Amino acid sequence: MARVLLVAEHDGHKVNPNLGSCIACAREFEPEGIDAAVFATAGESLADQAAAFANLDRVLLVENPANEGAVAAVIAPQVVELAAGYTHLLGPSGTFGRDLMPRVAALLGVGQLSDIMAVEGPYQFRRPIYAGNAIVTVLAPSDSILVGTVRTASYPTSPSAGGHASVEHARLNATLPQHTRYVERSAGSEDRPDLQTATRVVAGGRGLGSEAHFELINALADTLGAAVGASRAAVDAGFVANELQVGQTGKIIAPELYVAVGISGAIQHLTGIKDAGTIVAINRDADAPIFESADIGMVADLFEVVPELIELLKSA
Amino acid sequence: MRKLLVGLKRVVDYNVRIRLKPDGSGVATDGLKMSINPFDEIALEEALRLKEQGHAEEIVVVSIGSEDCQQQLRTGLAMGADRALLVRTEQALEPLVVARILLAIVEREQPELVLLGKQAIDQDHAQTGQMLAALWDRPQATFASKLEIQGSAARVTREIDAGLEILDIDLPAVVTTDLRLNEPRYVKLPEILKAKQKPLDVLDLSSLGIDSGQRFKVLKTEPPAQRSPGIRVENAAMLVQELKRRGVI
Repeated sequence: MARVLLVAEHDGHKVNPNLGSCIACAREFEPEGIDAAVFATAGESLADQAAAFANLDRVLLVENPANEGAVAAVIAPQVVELAAGYTHLLGPSGTFGRDLMPRVAALLGVGQLSDIMAVEGPYQFRRPIYAGNAIVTVLAPSDSILVGTVRTASYPTSPSAGGHASVEHARLNATLPQHTRYVERSAGSEDRPDLQTATRVVAGGRGLGSEAHFELINALADTLGAAVGASRAAVDAGFVANELQVGQTGKIIAPELYVAVGISGAIQHLTGIKDAGTIVAINRDADAPIFESADIGMVADLFEVVPELIELLKSA
Repeated sequence: MRKLLVGLKRVVDYNVRIRLKPDGSGVATDGLKMSINPFDEIALEEALRLKEQGHAEEIVVVSIGSEDCQQQLRTGLAMGADRALLVRTEQALEPLVVARILLAIVEREQPELVLLGKQAIDQDHAQTGQMLAALWDRPQATFASKLEIQGSAARVTREIDAGLEILDIDLPAVVTTDLRLNEPRYVKLPEILKAKQKPLDVLDLSSLGIDSGQRFKVLKTEPPAQRSPGIRVENAAMLVQELKRRGVI
């Protein structure tokens, strides 16, 4: 029977809700047990938060001053030490999991499965390749531990309430490297919902033309209570910071409502939103590929229509 | 630093729309335009800039694959790499095997820094750099958007989901590149001609004694699910009405 260990992502204060997505993915192959590991400097509160997620059996808390910043080279040998007795090690497929899990897999001498989007059995999964232009069904070897990342946009996060996992302190002996040192992290604005988990997202593209004009996107997002996103073109042009990029090489998201403004819709961008509930596209170019993926399209000048839209939504 | 090693993967060009074989057995790549994986091109550009700033003496580019990979290696040489190495194989390789091959090359070449793309745009695994760093027991700085050499260490800014992160890593190390690290240069004709004279060594994978067997089996390759066709609205009022009708606002 399968026994799963999930690596919980956190920022030192809050456990990332993508833990719920990883639990949802693991439950699909009906394992005997699902545990989560929290690596932190001081993590009582984090462990309690993780334990509140439904359907977890145990939370293993590993406290060590070296865990500051969750450096992959430091966390990986600890995951390896905890891995004994598990058949599956899973992490979220954002930058945290993509950095960490391949290092864990290589230390264990096994391959790794990236971006699990569907489960067909304990060792059979589906994942996207070529920026989502193709989906492969992969059979992983069942005679060794399976290390993978979960494409969290493919799984609804299970509620972080109602769970009552036990919390256990794990004491590890792994020798941790000193060659990689965390310096600092600069986070973006926190006055808007988080792009990764928001139920509504308004995103802008090259069509905005400048950083100043991107304010229109911010205003529409604030009217809708939405997070702000951007296409790669808008990020490359310097309109907004990198963490707002949606797409193959940015964030893969699944909001209930996605409003794409001035985004032409390159396949690499569409990959990031294909699980969105309703996609709205506003673009001046009637032939923009974004319209092929949009549920509701409007061919219009964004500089005219977005202010109107804001007024209508405010008075609605 | 004396030497930089840069990995160049041959992939279907970024602008080509791929087709799937109708029997579900894979992607039809025959006859398609092939290029250096865009992230690897950024890795090479960064290496060239480090050399131009006096941080390195020699840049070695390595590719793993069929004889055709020589085209991408020649492009790398034309961009400014000093020497190229092809590890020749017709086999499809998993990232762990690629990492083992790169480790063998690293042990031979002893580079102070290995620069790789953060992912290849064909299989989208995003694993090789991290696996190489693990097998080599050296630091990894993935998704780099800024790289500064500071003596025997490097300070790397990484693009992460929450924003930007800074790591200090001791050298030797593995750095994988993100989009905004730099903009690769265009190759000029005289450099393409000059590149023909630069050394390109070919080595058979079998000579490295690495177990290159596939552990993961791809059962089928399918197109993604299509969204059902949408509707068009004429103005902002109709859009608001439609969003309300669907219950999303």
